[in-house]
Amino acid sequence: MAEFLQIEGVSKSFGPFQAVRNVSLSVAKGEIFSLLGGSGCGKTTLLRMLAGFEEPSAGRILIEGRDMAGVPPWARPVHMMFQSYALFPHMTVEANIGYGLKHEPLSVAQRKDRVREMLDLVQLTPMATRKPHQISGGQRQRVALARALARQPKLLLLDEPLAALDKKLREHTQFELMEIQERIGVTFVVVTHDQEEAMTLSDRIAVMDKGQVQQVGSPTEIYEYPVNRFVASFIGAITSFEAEVTARAPGTLTLHVPAFGQEVTTREADFAPGAKVTLALRPEKLVISKTRPPGNAVQGVVKDLAYFGKDSLYRITLASGALVQAHAVNQARGVAMVADWDDQVWLSFDPSAAIVLGG
Amino acid sequence: MNWFHRRGWRDLIIGLPYLWLALFFLVPFLIVVAMSVATKTPTAPPFSFGGEHPWVNLETYQRLVSEPLYLRAFLISLMNAAGTTVFCLLLGYPMALGLTRVSRSARNILLMLVILPFWTSFLLRVYAWMGLMGKSSWFNQGLTDAWNWLVPADWAVKSLPMMHSNFAVILVMVYTYLPFMILPLYASLERLDPTLDEAALDLGSRPWQVFLDVTLPQSVPGIIAGGLLVFIPAAGELVIPTLVGDASTPMIGRVISDQFSQARDWPMASAVAVALLALMVGPTMLYSHYQARAEGSK
Repeated sequence: MAEFLQIEGVSKSFGPFQAVRNVSLSVAKGEIFSLLGGSGCGKTTLLRMLAGFEEPSAGRILIEGRDMAGVPPWARPVHMMFQSYALFPHMTVEANIGYGLKHEPLSVAQRKDRVREMLDLVQLTPMATRKPHQISGGQRQRVALARALARQPKLLLLDEPLAALDKKLREHTQFELMEIQERIGVTFVVVTHDQEEAMTLSDRIAVMDKGQVQQVGSPTEIYEYPVNRFVASFIGAITSFEAEVTARAPGTLTLHVPAFGQEVTTREADFAPGAKVTLALRPEKLVISKTRPPGNAVQGVVKDLAYFGKDSLYRITLASGALVQAHAVNQARGVAMVADWDDQVWLSFDPSAAIVLGG
Repeated sequence: MNWFHRRGWRDLIIGLPYLWLALFFLVPFLIVVAMSVATKTPTAPPFSFGGEHPWVNLETYQRLVSEPLYLRAFLISLMNAAGTTVFCLLLGYPMALGLTRVSRSARNILLMLVILPFWTSFLLRVYAWMGLMGKSSWFNQGLTDAWNWLVPADWAVKSLPMMHSNFAVILVMVYTYLPFMILPLYASLERLDPTLDEAALDLGSRPWQVFLDVTLPQSVPGIIAGGLLVFIPAAGELVIPTLVGDASTPMIGRVISDQFSQARDWPMASAVAVALLALMVGPTMLYSHYQARAEGSK
C-alpha cells in the first residue's frame, strides 16, 4: 500500500531560478505534515504544485497512487486555505462556505445542511449572513477553513494558516485547528516559516532550505537530533562551536573545542579522530552554577541577562571571548537568580545534550 | 497661525472647481432653461419673454411630447447609445481583462495604444472612417466580397451601403468611445486580487465559472462607470450622425443643432436640450447611489 501523498523527485524552475530541487516526501493519511523554512526556500512553490497551480518541471506527485500530472486545480481532491484567506468579498460567509458545493451532486437542502454543519464546526453560525469585511480576522480565518473543508477534501493545504493572526489568537487557533483535524481525519499539509507553529501543530516536519529538504522528522527529532547546521540553527536557539574529534570510544566521543580551551565528551557519533565537526549547544541544556560541577564544564563571566518571568536568558563570555547563551528556569519565587551581571560562573552540560554535526 | 495655514486657503481651493462649474455649467444651463420657456420671435436674439402674465411659455414642452419628430429622435438616440454601449462593453471587457493579464511592460505599451487615437484629431478619424466605408474603398470591397461569398448568388451586391446609415453611426461611435469603456474597466479589474481566482479554481470551478462567479460581479462598478462614460456622450452625439448618419433617422444632437441654426427656434432647441439633460441625470444618479452603497459596504 502506497503512502497517501507521495512526492517523487519533484523540481520546479522559473527560468534560471530553481525554486524546488529534487524533493521527495511521503505523507501518511490523517497526518499533519509541515513544510518549514524561511522565505524563498521553496515551500510555497511545493504547496502550489500540490494544489495544481504550478506543474513540476520534473518528478511526480501522487495522491492515493494517482499521478496528478496534468490534473487541473479544479479536478484535484485537494483544497487550499490561502494565507490571505482569499474570501470572496462580494459573497456572504454562508455563500463563501457553500461556494465549492455547487460542484457537488447535492440537492439544495443537502447543500444547506452541509453549510450549516461547517458553520457549526467553526462556530460561526451567528455570522452566516455577514460579508467578509464585517467579521474579525480570526473569524475570517475560520470561514476560510470551513470553505476549504466543505467539499470534504482528502488533502487540505494550509498556507501560513496563522500568520495573519495576533499572538493570543494564534495559540488558541492552533489548538482549534488540531482539534478539527482530529475530528475530520483529513490530511493536512501546512506551510509555515514559524518554527513554533510547526512544532505544536505537526506530526512530522520537513525543514526546507534553498529548494531542498534538509531533514524530515517528528518535532522532537528535528529539535533534538538536527542533521546539519542549518536545521540546528533554524529550529530554536543554539550556540555552535568549531571542534575537532580527538578520540572515539564505544559510547563516547572526545572533542577538542578551541573556544573552550579544553576537551569535552559527547555521545558517540560517526566521526573519526581528526575530523572537523561543529559542537552545538541549546541554551536550555546548559546548567549554570557557581562552583565547578563534574563532567563537561567551562568557565565564563555573565555579560548580559534578560529576565522573562518564567525563565531568564544569560549571555556568558568565555575566556576565549566566545559568547554562549544559556537558559535557566526561575523555579523559586522571589529568590535571587542563579547568577548576576559580571559573576564568574561555570557552564556544564551532559554528554548526551551536546549535538555534534559534520563540518 | 501664519498666513499659509489660514482656513481661507482651503475654502478657496475647494471652492474654485465649484466656482468654475457654476460659471460655465450652472449659469449657461439656467440660461438654456430660461430660453426654453421663452417665445420664438423674428428678432435677434430670436426669442423674447412675454411682457405680461404668465411670462413663461410652455408651448415648447407641449410640442416636445406631442410631435413625433422629437420622441422619435429621443428614441433613436437612446437606442443608438445603448447599442454603442453594449458593443463597447463586449469589445472592451476582453481587452481590459487582457490588459490585467499581461506583463507590466506590455501593459504600459498596450495602454498607450488604447489612448493613442486621441493624439489625432477626432474629425480626421471620422473622415478616415467615411473613406473606409465608401463604396470603392478596400474595406467596403473586402466586406462586399465576403458577403457575396456567404450569401446566395441573387443576393450579391456591388458594394455594401454602409455610409449614411444607422450602422455607420454605431460603428463610428463604438470606435470613438471604446477607450472610455476600456479605461474604467481596466481600473476596476486591475484592483481584483488574483488569489480569489485561484481560490475559486481550487474549490472546483473551471476558468469560465471563475469569470462568472468572481471576476464579473466584482467588476460591476467598472462596467457601470464605463457604461455611463460611453452612453451619455453617445446619446447627445452630434458630429458622428451628421457626418456618417442617415438624415431620415436623426439623433437628438442633430435635432438640437438644426433647431438652433436652421429653424432658428432657440426655445425649442433649449427645451430639447433640457429634456436630454433630464434623461441623462437619471442613470448618473443611479450610478452615484450604487457607488455610495459600494463605498459604504467597504
